[in-house]
Amino acid sequence: MSKVRIIPCLDVKDGRVVKGINFIDLIDAGDPVEQAKHYSENGADEICFLDISASLENRDTLLNIVEKTANEVFIPLTVGGGVSSIENIKSLLRSGADKVSINSAAIKNPEIIKQSSEFFGNQCIVVAVDAKKINNDWYVFSHGGTINTGLFALEWIENIQKYGAGEVLLTSMDKDGTKSGFDIDLLSRVAEFLTIPLIASGGVGKLEHFYEGISKGKADALLAASVFHFNELSIKKVKEYLIKKNINIRQ
Amino acid sequence: MKQITIVDYGSGNVLSAQKSFIKIAKDNNINSIVLISNNLDDIKKSSHLVLPGQGAFETCMNGVRNKPGLIEELNNFAIIDKKPFLGICVGMQMLASQSEENGIHKGLGWIPGNIKRLPANNLKMPHMGWNSVHPAKENNLLKNSNDYYFVHSYYFDCKNKENILAETQYGMNFTSIIGKENIYGVQFHPEKSSSQGLNLIKNFMNL
Repeated sequence: MSKVRIIPCLDVKDGRVVKGINFIDLIDAGDPVEQAKHYSENGADEICFLDISASLENRDTLLNIVEKTANEVFIPLTVGGGVSSIENIKSLLRSGADKVSINSAAIKNPEIIKQSSEFFGNQCIVVAVDAKKINNDWYVFSHGGTINTGLFALEWIENIQKYGAGEVLLTSMDKDGTKSGFDIDLLSRVAEFLTIPLIASGGVGKLEHFYEGISKGKADALLAASVFHFNELSIKKVKEYLIKKNINIRQ
Repeated sequence: MKQITIVDYGSGNVLSAQKSFIKIAKDNNINSIVLISNNLDDIKKSSHLVLPGQGAFETCMNGVRNKPGLIEELNNFAIIDKKPFLGICVGMQMLASQSEENGIHKGLGWIPGNIKRLPANNLKMPHMGWNSVHPAKENNLLKNSNDYYFVHSYYFDCKNKENILAETQYGMNFTSIIGKENIYGVQFHPEKSSSQGLNLIKNFMNL
């Protein structure tokens, strides 16, 4: 078995780390390169940058941060946010990213999943899904959670796998920022049919939530932001707890 | 002075390999330069060679073959001059006799064995993430078991047991470090494996 990965996610806007509560109310939480280095030295298994500036003039700022990070951080780095073309992916990988995460662009044109997986290898193509429950179904939202695409999340994730993605990063919009735990119902349903790794995101607030994400949600990796950024929990503490719970994890 | 050359034949993300070697050299005061190059003179002058590899086996082998004189120079370096050589991921697999990835393709043939697909056995593919590497015999790269970062679906089915330096469990026990005299190969990515990865690179640089 591979070990369950703990991934701190840094939302980056205009070169700084921010994190929203339910996608709004941004609070500044520091320099991305320093944070990535800190997390890497303290046991993170992977780092994720999500660029939320999403304007063209900020692309170079992002590439610059990715390159600086790759100089100092020697664990896998995933970069997402505004990735819309093979050219984007190429420049991110060249700057030192190991994986890219695609969201809205994949919804607009699912072929990009196939093309990029074939071109770069599917190990570096993560497809991110923002899902929200409306009545009794989960729907896929695009553009940073602002537009309901009308797609059913479970169907869309099945398609992502068919198109050849390497991993799925699934964020529950209902849970994101609430610190009330992962959306176990959503995760476990997806885990039933998924044969590629599942990264769970949204809602983690305490140690027990990490355990539930693995034991009940069946996730292969857990992504968290605020709990780590504001020092509510350290990665070390999370790992010690999970080891006590007999989860196979890197020490 | 040491000259480490990362062989550039069009494989992705060679930058992080270079950065990890530079970091090790700097932190340990190892007098060295680290190049990314496919220039035959650079390769000839090197003290250490690193063969990276990402993506499909055939594409990687073609990348090496398409550079005139490169294979001969690699042979001179590793087989005749017996200088330290490290293959990473598909770069390790390329040391084998042949690969069964998308048809049968010939490798460099330096260490006898075939590249085969990992059995799925209800496990996720590719084998991606951190896993334990256990030494199978005493070797220069790895003294004690530790965790390293893997991304692969194929493994090196090694013909001679004495070439198996370390093993990893994923649906089966497979060779994660291979070695024959001065030639080494690691299936995982030491340049992405935090301090333990950098340590392994340091061990290689000190050969």
